Amino acid sequence: MEQKIPTMAEMAAEGKEPEILFWVGCAGSFDERAQKITRDICKILQHVGISYAVLGTEESCTGDPAKRAGNEFLFQMQAMANIEVLNGYNIKKIVTGCPHCFNTIANEYPGLGGKYEVIHHTQLIQGLINDGKLKAEGGESFKGRRITFHDPCYLGRGNNVYEAPRAALEILDTELVEMKRCKSNGLCCGAGGAQMFKEPEPGKKDVNMERMADVLEAKAQIVASACPFCMTMMSDGVKHMDKDQEIKVLDIAEITARANGL
Amino acid sequence: MIGQVIFIIILLAAVYLFGKNVAKVRRNILLGRDTNRSDDPARRWKVMAKVALGQTKMVKRPVAAIMHFFIYIGFVIINLEVLEIMIDGIFGSHRIFSEPLGSLYGLLIGSFEILAVLVLVACVVFLARRNMLRLKRFNGIEMTAWPKSDANYILIIEILLMMAFLTMNAADYKLQLLHFGHYTEAGSFPVSTLIGPLLPTGANALATIERVCWWFHIIGILTFLNYLPYSKHFHILLAFPNTWYSNLHKKGEFTNMASVTTEVKAMLDPSFVPEATAVSRFGAKDVTDLTWKNLMEAYTCTECGRCTSVCPANITGKLLSPRKIMMDTRDRLTQVGNNIDKHGKDYTDDKALLDNYITREELWACTTCNACVEACPVNINPLEIITEMRRYLVMEESQAPASLNNMFGNMENNGAPWKYSQADRFNWAERS
Repeated sequence: MEQKIPTMAEMAAEGKEPEILFWVGCAGSFDERAQKITRDICKILQHVGISYAVLGTEESCTGDPAKRAGNEFLFQMQAMANIEVLNGYNIKKIVTGCPHCFNTIANEYPGLGGKYEVIHHTQLIQGLINDGKLKAEGGESFKGRRITFHDPCYLGRGNNVYEAPRAALEILDTELVEMKRCKSNGLCCGAGGAQMFKEPEPGKKDVNMERMADVLEAKAQIVASACPFCMTMMSDGVKHMDKDQEIKVLDIAEITARANGL
Repeated sequence: MIGQVIFIIILLAAVYLFGKNVAKVRRNILLGRDTNRSDDPARRWKVMAKVALGQTKMVKRPVAAIMHFFIYIGFVIINLEVLEIMIDGIFGSHRIFSEPLGSLYGLLIGSFEILAVLVLVACVVFLARRNMLRLKRFNGIEMTAWPKSDANYILIIEILLMMAFLTMNAADYKLQLLHFGHYTEAGSFPVSTLIGPLLPTGANALATIERVCWWFHIIGILTFLNYLPYSKHFHILLAFPNTWYSNLHKKGEFTNMASVTTEVKAMLDPSFVPEATAVSRFGAKDVTDLTWKNLMEAYTCTECGRCTSVCPANITGKLLSPRKIMMDTRDRLTQVGNNIDKHGKDYTDDKALLDNYITREELWACTTCNACVEACPVNINPLEIITEMRRYLVMEESQAPASLNNMFGNMENNGAPWKYSQADRFNWAERS
């Protein structure tokens, strides 16, 4: 489906204000795998007819990895620059494609002058399903496939969002299975806290390989994720175990887009 | 009469000593930076009632939760009996509550006895878990000789106290049946009647056993009280304030440093005039750079290791253990407090929490996943201490791992943690 992605700059030039801003995030912008998820989120927004826009080149990192790594200066520089852009466009509502962006903008920007209604894309999808605007029809069937959801730390424990991603899977008529460590007990993929950008400290194994044991134990055919960093870690884990034929790692947005033939 | 005098002297000495040590712990906690944890009191009372009183976070591990509940409820309820012992000790009375309470007294003593047995069983199971089954959770680099002994001492003292209580009752009951002296019939003894046959039959011997157990029990309790401030067992008191002062924000939210906001505003807007504030350190190098709440948490930790057992870094063999972060913080704070006592409040040794206790390798292994925070039954937050120490490393020492410094550089120059140009940020749209 060809689509033109609307930017805030264009909208503002036409004197329009979108209903919601889609905050793409760095991974969603630059990481090839995450770019697919970004496009699928756009397809979903377009499919249900919500007026939205992105910041495009005016977007900059939220500062999350800097903050978790202890660089509060850099974080606040990023935050204040972003807040200036967001407030300049009079943004009221934001959907993010990444739990880290979601957490940072929702919880840490208000204290610095950036107050918005912020949701993660799984919450957007859950809302659309509840409103009857989004179904699972006209696309790939996930019927009977074993799917497990890997809770991203900054969505789950960080913000208590456990049900939204599961609601998006429940309408698929799949066999939804939980890993032994799930929800508030979920095991990290290993990428949080700026670990994504450094080598792990010496140890027995990598965190994502520890998580792979849970995936195998659940006998899942699809690992659903909702975070670009988890996506990288889980995909690497599956590849490392030579299981990339049997086990697919997909974002909730990708699964939703596929189920609707978008 | 002489017994009463001795009792009162021991009681006053124990209370005085305990008060003195609690005051010292309080002083040490208040060495920390200020932070506001008194907003929304209604919600705080609820959190405390749920988490500390109701022990809702214990249930994630059902076996430990049930056993712990026996000891907890036993401790709280048997303390009613201690009240009677105190009054008897001071006034030289015997079972003073028996007359006014009538048949209710029998019910109370009976339930204390059953609770005492449950406490005994739980303590024996706990000892077995630590010393025979050797659960992984009770081991690890921070579980050196003292923490392991501390745990065993607590359990053994509790077993001895309960045994003294039951033996005392058994002797008392036999004396009641003999109508000996002031041992009038009072109470019901579902458990100690079973111990009775093991005791001698002579009234004088029984009276001696009863008195010895009575004194052992009450002196044991007062000694245990004074052991608390030196032990992880202090959690029985601090669990309550510690949960009242819980972080009420989302776990994902890290504090925004006000001192940094001032500087960043001044950088972005040259006309901004920052308020003059005392120059303080960014982040934490030593315990006094942490907040009083962090320090209270260090004294509240009972070293159960639930945090460490769910830590992804620890599970995969990294050096980091959230329990060690808390234990190191307490050990360092105790040392700082002792230094003040010995050398006055301006004394500084050349040690710090960073490097002398917690290594950089531990700090950089954290994924900030909040599993430790979620797991803690008394809402302790090791992650906050780790973050504060990372802040010190990065902002005061510029000592982040090289790859993180690269990430910072990319973010500053390109607005992304990777080396991509800001101008290419929207290229993904072209392939839609």
